[in-house]
Parts: sequence; structure tokens; C-alpha cells
Amino acid sequence: MISELTRGERRLALAVLTAVATFGLALAIAGRGDILAVHGGLIMASAVILMFFVIAGFYAPEPGEERLAQYYDTPTKAGVVLAMIWGVIGMGVGDWVAWLLVYPDMTFDAAWASFGRLRPVHTSGVIFGFGGNALIATSFHVLQRTSRARLPDQFSPWFVLVGYNLFCLIAASGYLLGITQSKEYAEPEWYADLWLVVVWVVYFSIYLRTLMRRQEPHIYVANWYYMAFILVVAILHIVNNLAVPISFGSAKSYSAFSGVQDAMTQWWYGHNAVAFFLTAGFLGMMYYYLPKRAGRPVFSYRMSILGFWGITFMYMWAGSHHLHYTALPQWVQTLGMTFSIMLIVPSWMAAANALLTLNGAWHKVRDDATLRFMMLAAVFYGLSTFEGSFMSIRAVNSLSHYTDWTVGHVHAGALGWVALITFGSIYAVVPWVWKRPAMYSNKLVEVHFWLSLAGTLVYVFAMWNSGIIQGLMWRTYNEGGTLAYSFIDSLVAMRPYYIARAIGGLLFVIGAVVGLYNVWMTIREASAERADAPDAPVVPALARSLQAGE
Amino acid sequence: MIDHDTLVAFSKSYGLFYLMAMAITVVAYTFWPSNKERFEEAAKSIIDDEDTPCR
Repeated sequence: MISELTRGERRLALAVLTAVATFGLALAIAGRGDILAVHGGLIMASAVILMFFVIAGFYAPEPGEERLAQYYDTPTKAGVVLAMIWGVIGMGVGDWVAWLLVYPDMTFDAAWASFGRLRPVHTSGVIFGFGGNALIATSFHVLQRTSRARLPDQFSPWFVLVGYNLFCLIAASGYLLGITQSKEYAEPEWYADLWLVVVWVVYFSIYLRTLMRRQEPHIYVANWYYMAFILVVAILHIVNNLAVPISFGSAKSYSAFSGVQDAMTQWWYGHNAVAFFLTAGFLGMMYYYLPKRAGRPVFSYRMSILGFWGITFMYMWAGSHHLHYTALPQWVQTLGMTFSIMLIVPSWMAAANALLTLNGAWHKVRDDATLRFMMLAAVFYGLSTFEGSFMSIRAVNSLSHYTDWTVGHVHAGALGWVALITFGSIYAVVPWVWKRPAMYSNKLVEVHFWLSLAGTLVYVFAMWNSGIIQGLMWRTYNEGGTLAYSFIDSLVAMRPYYIARAIGGLLFVIGAVVGLYNVWMTIREASAERADAPDAPVVPALARSLQAGE
Repeated sequence: MIDHDTLVAFSKSYGLFYLMAMAITVVAYTFWPSNKERFEEAAKSIIDDEDTPCR
């Protein structure tokens, strides 16, 4: 890893790590007596450990000029492994909190094990840890292939990947410690948010610098989606996290917004996180890996462009559908609802484009579980975007809002679309970058596929039932004109579905563990082959002579 | 000072026109005849196997 950096880049790495360690130390000193000191120490310790690695490899021979004739895939490899590890952690914690809803006493009387602290570990773990690392890893891979240009340097991709994972680590550990700014999907506090801005600017600059050196006249559409993801997430992140810390020595900050403006800003952020983090980026993945794996160009390139502009411009306005029947002005609610309904058009363009690309290659979908992951992802993308448009209608929302239906909808998207397209893309990209003919075991890919499908279906059906029952119980009146059921009655009615949901989630987690094992074994095979390589001319000859002797 | 009503009036009028202008521009770009070849070329180019960069 360090041997791939030039001498100048190694110096730069040391300088950056020294700066990060100093920043961590400053936080730890300023925040002594506050919980902030823990994070200051964590930042400093991470930087110092990495410094040891850089120093250990500092005098290794420099990489030669021949590296420039190859794509730079080591950050992609590291990102894929990190994504799979975060996936297992994030989904595992998700299943833990699912069981916590079945057995609410399972907190061991410890603050860190309460639902409120564990749930953001799950959401950030899967969205940012799993999804984010997968996006960074695949974007570097796709960007280089579609531009026919190598990444601009060796240091900046590592800065983005390592810096991003430091952010994820600060986020997840902070939730367990009780550090949160209470904004859903934007829980990390001000210092973590500032750090992510730095990482994100470097990420975008890698994209621009590589595209500037591209050999293709046209920028392939997958890159548009990846760039929309990077750019818009930066805007959302900066605006929604505008806050003033109590002091530079405190983890706590107060938002620049209050009241209904705060709610609107948060859901403008929240829904666009779905749009640009969980949709645009993964559509970029789909528009590269699906045609590539199927061996067929995308059905309609024009449709992918129309869909791109539809998704980027309409999603911007959809956030207010999270605030139906609130203090938000009625016309803003209606605006959000209208744009959400219109969104069905570009969303289905993408889903249909994917499925029509496979039309004529169904035999491959039947035989190849990797391609089937991508196909099923497109189906779930179509289903959950339809459901989302439907649920944004104010009258429907009056039944669905605050119920488990929302949770079911989110997971139809997150498990069915985001996770499946990611697993499909990872199974496609791992053999390519590790130069293997196929994954370690196709059978295990097959096992993973069926576990994922079964888990998603059990999960989503449980939550649909649960959510609609819940919504109906909350709005049923008796003859006297008062509510027929107490809140606790609805909780008792939910319990069987919570058990089913936790089992569905467990199937999905087991699938992810199988996937991690399969990726790991593929890497081991690849490194075993490299280790054997010098013996190659001798061993086959010997093996042949032995066979002849028998 | 901009009050709520001014802002609402502005976003309701300007918003309509800029979105329509955007939609027309995008459709024109997508279906412009001379772009057809570039798009088809781009769609096909990713399928070709090539494992080394041009630079």
C-alpha cells in the first residue's frame, strides 16, 4: 500500500497525518472534562497508528513509471472489503435492534444498549459505512474505465477512503457514547461534519481531475450520477449541519435553524439523502455494472439522460412530503406531494431501462446469480419508487405516517434496491480487480441471493401488515367518539410482525456474512496464486510427468 | 425586507418557468439528432474490454 505511493506522496501523507493528529490532540485538550475528549483521543490515535504504517514503508522502493500504464485499483479493493465489513456490522446491529423491539428489556441496563443509541449505529452503519464505502470503491473503478484514464495520483484516493472511514468511526462511536445532534441521518456533531466536508471536497476534486484527462469524447452517464451524488450530498450536508457549537471544547452544538424551518431543512436533507446518496450513486453503479455484466449496451442511452435530469431536479422538491399535517404551510406540503408523484416517471425510466437491457439476456439472468442480484434490484427499485410516490399523497400519508409501513417502504428500497445492486456490483467487480476468472464460490453467491430475497420479502411483508394494522388501530373510533384502542393495544398487535421482521433481517445478515466470506476467499485465492507465480514454469511440468507415471 | 408572501409569489411564478425551460432544454439535448451517434457510441464503448488506461 505505502509502496505504491511516491516519495513525495509519502511525505504528504505524513504531513496530513501530523495535522490530523494535532487536530485530535487540540480537541482532546480543549474538550477535557467533556465527552469530546474521547473523540479527540480517537482521532489522534487513528492518525498516529497510520503514521507508523507510513514510516514503516517510507524507505521502500518508489513505484516505477510503469504504474501509469495500469489503472489504480488498490483503493477500490480496500473500499470493497470495508463496505462488506461495515455491511455485516450495520446489518447485524439492525437485526439486534429489531430483536430489541421484540424484547425491550434486552438493554442490560446500559445506556449504550438502548434503542435510541443503537438505531443510528445501524442506520449510519448501513447507509454511510456499507453504502458509502461501496459508492467510493465502485466510483473509482467506474471513473477510470469510462474515462480510460488512471486516477490523478496515489495519495488523494487513500485520503478520501481513510478519511471517510474515520468519519464513520467517529459517528458510530459517538452514538454509543450519547453524542448526537438529533437530526435523522445527520446525527454526527459539528467537528465530524467539518471533517467530512474536507474529505468530500477532495473526493469531488479526484472526479474532476480524472475527467479532465479522459480519453473518451463523451462522459458516460454513470459518471453523471456519481457526480450528482458527490456534489449534492456536499450541498445537503453543509446546509443541514449549519450549527454553532457551545464552545470549541464541547461536543454539543445548536442548529442554525429552529421550528418549522428546522424541520423543513432536515427533511429537504433527509429525502435528498435518499435521492442522491441512496439513489443517484447506486444508479451510477447500475448503469455501469449491469450492461457490463450482461454484455449488452444499455437499452436506451437517451432514457438514462432524461431520467438523470428528472431525478436530480424533481427530488430537490420532494422533501416536504415528510411533513404532511404539520405546521408547514399547506402549499409547501402539496408541492412536495406533486413532485413526489411526478418522480415516478424518471424512476420508472431507470427501472425499465435496466430490465429492457436484460431483455434478450434472460438466460444469463437465470444462470448468473450476480446478474440476478442486479435484475432484482431494478425490480425493487421500480416497486419502492412506486410505493414512495403513493405514500407521499397526503390522504395515504394520513394512514401510513409514523407507522411501520414507512419502515417497510424504506427497507424495500434499502434492502431490495441499494443492498442488492451493491452485492451484484461487488460480485462483478471483485473478480475483475483481483484478476480472477470468477468468485471463489458461485454456489455461495447463489446462497446469498436466495437469503437476500427471502429476507427482504419476509421483512417487507411483515412491515406492510404491521404498518397498516397500526395505522388503522390509531384511527378507529368507538361509538362514544373516542379512540377504540390505546397505544399499548397497538404495540401488542405489532409483536408477531416484529418477530417476523427480525427473522427476515437475520436471513439478510446471514447472506451478508456469506458474501464477506466469499469475497475474503476470492482475495486469498488471488494472493495464493501470486505467491505461487515464480514456480509456474516448474510446477506444471512436474505435475504432467507425475500423471504420465501413473 | 422580503416577507413570506413575496417569497411565495416569486417561487410560484419563477419556479414554474424555470422548470419548464429546464425540461425543454433537457429534451432538446437528449433528442438532438447530431447527439445520437455520440450517445450510442458511449453506450457501446463500456462493453469493450480494455484493462489499461490510455494515460
